[in-house]
Amino acid sequence: MQNDIQINHLYFSYDGATVLEDINLQYNTSEFLAIIGPNGGGKSTLLKMMIGLLEPERGEVLLFGEKPLHVSHEIAYVPQDTIANKDFPIKVMDVVLMGRLSKSKAFATYSKEDRAIALSMLEKVGMQGFENQKINTLSGGQRQRVFIARALACEAKIMFLDEPTASIDTAGQISMFKLLKSLNETVGIVIISHDINVALNYATKVVHINKTLFVHDVPKTQNFKVFENQNEHVCPVELISATRCNHFPKELA
Amino acid sequence: MMDILSFDFMQNALWASLLVSIICGVIGTLIVINRMVFIAGGIAHGSYGGIGLALYFGIAPMLGASLFALFLGAIIAYITHQNNARLDSLIGVLWAFGMALGIIMTDLTPGYNVDLMSYLFGAILSVAPEDLYGMSAVLVLVLAFAIVFYKQLLAMSFDAQFAKLRGINVTLLYVALVLMVALGVVIIIRAVGLILVIALLTIPPYIAEKFTNSVGGMMVASSLLSALFCTLGLYLSYRFNLSGGASIILVATTLFFLQLLYSRLTKA
Repeated sequence: MQNDIQINHLYFSYDGATVLEDINLQYNTSEFLAIIGPNGGGKSTLLKMMIGLLEPERGEVLLFGEKPLHVSHEIAYVPQDTIANKDFPIKVMDVVLMGRLSKSKAFATYSKEDRAIALSMLEKVGMQGFENQKINTLSGGQRQRVFIARALACEAKIMFLDEPTASIDTAGQISMFKLLKSLNETVGIVIISHDINVALNYATKVVHINKTLFVHDVPKTQNFKVFENQNEHVCPVELISATRCNHFPKELA
Repeated sequence: MMDILSFDFMQNALWASLLVSIICGVIGTLIVINRMVFIAGGIAHGSYGGIGLALYFGIAPMLGASLFALFLGAIIAYITHQNNARLDSLIGVLWAFGMALGIIMTDLTPGYNVDLMSYLFGAILSVAPEDLYGMSAVLVLVLAFAIVFYKQLLAMSFDAQFAKLRGINVTLLYVALVLMVALGVVIIIRAVGLILVIALLTIPPYIAEKFTNSVGGMMVASSLLSALFCTLGLYLSYRFNLSGGASIILVATTLFFLQLLYSRLTKA
């Protein structure tokens, strides 16, 4: 059987410094994949190669059996920190409509259908009623929801998210992940997170990247709910004791 | 007040202001939202090399400037595409190179002393009907570009990576944008000169961005603001016998500071 994402012996380096080394990974859209690891460990680089924004130095990435850029209409991307252009004069609706670009006619305005889809996606992420607001009037969490609505408007098979919760408080993060988890019933979710809680609570597959890659399967019985109770103390000690982390080859463990 | 309009040169100047204002509104908006102000500055100054070359080889200066600006624009678009981290330094080099080349070429042109000041500060009061045709042609081109590719330009300016993944040829669109900027800049130079072109390209969009909620609205508002600055500046230059281009820019910068002051006061 062909995997939806197949990564074989992937290498990448920036200016001679190896960032990724012999990465192998299989992914199917029913899974919720979390990519975790330290800053500079190569998480974003790997994600960009998965969607074709970067070319591998060696090895290959196959998306639905093809080169990623050839099937970019099948995927959607929620980038990290999109609002570099903070005062950009644009309404929420026009941001979400960008998701319709590859589905609508090149030199025409967006159709009624495009608008209807954009509105329904805003509703799906709980942002209905905000369509005529200027994007810079929203909070970080609201903006991130709009970007997810934009990605949903692509009607893609897999959604890739690069640290979507970096600028959101814990309550906002929980509702965001609940949303993603419910979306995962129909859409594949691949998410980068520096937060190990996400991996434990929502992901079905966790990979840790620091130049090389380790795959963790999250056991179905795992029920680690500390994250959902904000008032409780959470620190790496609980996290380590809550899950058995195995970075050794299977035969040594 | 109406007696101003009895002069042909004043009528031409007003028409030129109007054409330049719309070009400024559209191109200036694209420059500001794409953070290309330094690129526009480099092209504007560098295009003086085209003037020098045109004088030396005996072709029309504005044609020389336009071709040279397009050439510089192509180089800058290429450097940007290479993702060079020192883009600003390289633009600085082109900036200086163009101006130096222009001066040397005019030095080498026998028996001809070009009016450098009119290029640096504009000569809106001596705009000829032929210039108006050139400006109209560029305006039509710029408007067609902005209208036909509006969706794509909006997506690229807001989030180029997302736009690329949605199947837009971002590289090609960016090259086209830089070339449009180059053409627009040269045309505006005719009115306010290269030293002041940046002010007219950035001040109206900067103010307009605050109170509009779409890029199209920002273009319209910038055009109107720009037309206001130009006509007010022209009137002042006529009334008090001042230099036209500098008057326009002083009007624009004054309103810019007033707007800053106003938004500070209303925020507090």
